[in-house]
Amino acid sequence: MRRAHLAATAALSITAALSATNAQAADLTLCWAAWDPANALVELSKEFEAQSGHTMKFEFVPWPNFADRMLNELNSGGKLCGLMIGDSQWIGGSAENGHYVKLNDFFDANGIKMSDFIDATVTGYSEWPKNTPNYWALPAFGDVVGWTYRKDWFEKPELQAAFKEKYGRDLGVPATFAELKDIAEFFQGREVDGKTVYGASIYTERGSEGITMGAMDVLYSFGFRYENPDKPYDMDGFVNGPGAVAGLEYYKALYDCCTPPGSSNGYMSEGIDAFKSGQVALQMNFAFTWPGFESDANVGGGKTGYFVNPAGPDGDQFAQLGGQGISVVSYSEKQDAALEYIKWFAQPAVQAKWWEMGGFSCLKAVTLDPAFPQSQPYAQTFLDSMAVVKDFWAEPSYATLLQASQRRFHDYVVAGNGTAKEALDGLVADWTETFEDDGKL
Amino acid sequence: MNHSVTEPSRLQKWCAGILVVGYALVTIMPLAWIIATGFKSPGDAIAYPPKLIYEPTLEGYVNLFTTRSRATPETLAQLGPPETWYDAIVRQYDMVISGPSRYGERFVNSVIIGFGSTFLSIFLGTLAAYAFSRFKVPLKDDLMFFILSTRMMPPIAVAIPIFLMFRQLGLSDTHLGMILLYTAVNLSLSVWLLKGFIDEIPVEYEEAALIDGYTRFQAFYKVVLPQATTGIASTAIFCLIFAWNEYAFAVLLTSGTAQTAPPFIPTIIGVGKDWPAVAAGATLFLVPVMVFTILLRKHLLRGITFGAVRK
Amino acid sequence: MTDDIISRERAAAPGALRRRIGGLSDRALAWIFIVPTILLLLAINIFPLIWTIRLSLTNYRANRTNAELEWVGLRNYERILTDPDIWNSMQATAHFLVWTLVFQVLIGFSLAYLINKKFKGNDLWTTIIVLPMMLSPAVVGNFWTFLYQPQIGLFNYVVAFVSGVDPSSFSMIGDVRLAPWSIVIVDTWMWTPFVMLICLAGLRSIPDYIYEAAEVDRASRWRQFWTITIPMVLPFLMLAVLFRGIENFKMFDLVVQLTGGGPGSITELTSINLKREAFEKWRTGYSSAYAIILFVTVFGLASIYVKALNKVKER
Repeated sequence: MRRAHLAATAALSITAALSATNAQAADLTLCWAAWDPANALVELSKEFEAQSGHTMKFEFVPWPNFADRMLNELNSGGKLCGLMIGDSQWIGGSAENGHYVKLNDFFDANGIKMSDFIDATVTGYSEWPKNTPNYWALPAFGDVVGWTYRKDWFEKPELQAAFKEKYGRDLGVPATFAELKDIAEFFQGREVDGKTVYGASIYTERGSEGITMGAMDVLYSFGFRYENPDKPYDMDGFVNGPGAVAGLEYYKALYDCCTPPGSSNGYMSEGIDAFKSGQVALQMNFAFTWPGFESDANVGGGKTGYFVNPAGPDGDQFAQLGGQGISVVSYSEKQDAALEYIKWFAQPAVQAKWWEMGGFSCLKAVTLDPAFPQSQPYAQTFLDSMAVVKDFWAEPSYATLLQASQRRFHDYVVAGNGTAKEALDGLVADWTETFEDDGKL
Repeated sequence: MNHSVTEPSRLQKWCAGILVVGYALVTIMPLAWIIATGFKSPGDAIAYPPKLIYEPTLEGYVNLFTTRSRATPETLAQLGPPETWYDAIVRQYDMVISGPSRYGERFVNSVIIGFGSTFLSIFLGTLAAYAFSRFKVPLKDDLMFFILSTRMMPPIAVAIPIFLMFRQLGLSDTHLGMILLYTAVNLSLSVWLLKGFIDEIPVEYEEAALIDGYTRFQAFYKVVLPQATTGIASTAIFCLIFAWNEYAFAVLLTSGTAQTAPPFIPTIIGVGKDWPAVAAGATLFLVPVMVFTILLRKHLLRGITFGAVRK
Repeated sequence: MTDDIISRERAAAPGALRRRIGGLSDRALAWIFIVPTILLLLAINIFPLIWTIRLSLTNYRANRTNAELEWVGLRNYERILTDPDIWNSMQATAHFLVWTLVFQVLIGFSLAYLINKKFKGNDLWTTIIVLPMMLSPAVVGNFWTFLYQPQIGLFNYVVAFVSGVDPSSFSMIGDVRLAPWSIVIVDTWMWTPFVMLICLAGLRSIPDYIYEAAEVDRASRWRQFWTITIPMVLPFLMLAVLFRGIENFKMFDLVVQLTGGGPGSITELTSINLKREAFEKWRTGYSSAYAIILFVTVFGLASIYVKALNKVKER
């Protein structure tokens, strides 16, 4: 990984500063998704091992199975994971059902202040109930849906000329979703460098959460709201309001016009593949994928540009939150070691290294550093995106809510059944039923 | 007429042969493709049009058994030339091997759970089958049908209470839990098949032994069992193949410790479609079963029909 | 050889007296032999079944152990039977079931008929044809998603080669119209040999003299086929259909790996639907009722079918 050696020397100095007064060394297992950031965390954690004497083990599950398997693990009271870097939406269920250890006292005792972390990540990853000072996790990995584009293609004079002729404006980063679709349409089926390329890669996966993350990312900026701000769980007119309908219609139109063949079931890894192989001009994906593009032989070295989710028709601009907080599993017998890890991980020096190695730190000391925007080509886009995030329901019933939206969205966008209005009306009905079952309605 | 009416003519044989061979070639194409893809480079695996002729490489197998991380040019320069052939393969992509993958563990889990449950279900099944075959058991037909009917439940349906039960007993994600579960599922097969095999052993042998002063148990142990070895062996292989292939229970009831290979193999693909590694994992997993199938071919029909059809 | 063993054992056999003292009665032995099996099956099959019935009358959720348990009577059953989504997955299952059976019976019987012509090397080719059925459906299903990829997939390429359409123009598992057939194709590929083997056993069970007698009566080949071959093979064929029917009603692993129920919910068979309800939405009470309904359905259909099968056998 990037500058692993430098990191290692820095680690030693931190190690020396901290006293290693553990009663005994333990085998601590950390559970997360199997992806690039996890490999970086393995490297980073070696310092913790050296310092604490604990041995770290890792259980990484690929994204499509991550929620399924880890929630199964939590729900079956499994002792496998001492530390869980669980998805942001799990927080409600894990807090209410006692899967996670509440961290308030621990934070207070160790001088860890949530105000030191990016506000959106504290709300998104740590709090339950939302907007109350009850913390169940330490923000570990900031993530948000954004877009990448082929800068090298956008800079080709012949393409710039052709685009200007067709749309009457310059080929550049889109400011609105309408512009984004124009660009995607422009590239769809076009010959670039002797290869047929396509417009955009977007999320369409059915099995876990893919299409919901993608569609929501668009819907928020079109005026979708989860509930009446004055009346919790009142969804009629918000989930299925005219803006939301227009947003879902837009998502389907984008899917129909501008995606590569066989894009009916794609999520993060399919997006990475499509972009790296030079199949698409635009790609929707979480920020975690960006460091991988910079180091890629095909699209690295300045060929890739990044932009924040564009604005909707009324100028609203939001982006779907990703990312996770790190929590202590209440069934684990290694809770002390797990807390020790969190204490170590929260240190500014460790967080700085975390960012350097490709981990998206949520610590303000890191992201507000004047050098931060220049530290990576995507750093500014990441900061701007994190400023406009919204997350899916983090309710204890999030999995049920998510299943309903997966089905409704996929049925409409990919399978082409019914209308957008029908899909969203159905979604309101499904979600209402879920909240009724929960006794919240 | 110099040949029997039931003996097909030469022409008929030729036509039948050509059609069957044609079908067989089409039907093994996907399997051949799995094996072939395992020896392709990731680039060749997703080439269009699909490549029939390519330069074989063990990249898929290296990727299957290792985890790798990307190294910067400086780090690579420091490392010096690759020491082994697998280092060299990984180095082509500016990667270094950072450790073993989970595939080995999952494979070993499959072996432990497969053999453990096979042994148990054969042990229990042989005893029960002998009793059903030789003794007057009240409600024999009902009991036999009950044993068979346990196979009709959709696994997902039984999985709900089993999940809760295992959680209560601390059997979730343990080898013991999976062995007991697969044993229970396989018992219907082993009892029914073994009863068929034991039925075929003439009772006279035991009677002779009993007259000679053997106890019933000795007669079972020293006379019947040796006669039933072929039957027991082929039943065991069927049980083993079932446990080996099972997916639904494994995906729901195991996560880290006791996960078997079938739920693991589809996850190899991870980020960045590495089809050769998946194909390599599938090949290593499927080939033992192919070999067993060829060994078992005489008893195949019996096994798949729970002994209902014996050639 | 067996005689040899017996005479050897006879020489070493203990006296009849010891047998009476040390040996258990047949009756006791029978129970000792059977009880462990029955107990294990009770513990892992019947006890869970009863528990499922109990759960199906509650609003229990396995992911909220500290929530209060409420008895809801038959409301879960009522909700399931009136839920259009569930009827959709029943329909998807029926489509899958009917077409896989049709193809497997037609192709399986034809293959058996051809193999029964006893051409040279038929044993070898039969073994090759049988291979797919013994393999892990999850692992194989997962790989089929690769074969089905537009453009790079072998399946699309072969179809394109034969028919001339563009291999990137269709997506077997992504297209609503094709997806239900994509799972039928893979299941047929895997399980046709099963039907074939059973039919082959049926064909081989027909004694030659029946055909010889028909020949004497100058019955045409066509007539022989319909009056001798088909009726004699029918009980075997029906048995094959029973096995495949039960298996495909329960179908989970292959399809979950192939399509995951998509696109939309076009291929969401009942088992996949049930898995989502039970282990993703964690509506344990509701899905227990669902499980019971499925079990009763498969058990009921199978019993009716077995009755019909016995009638055919009697004829």
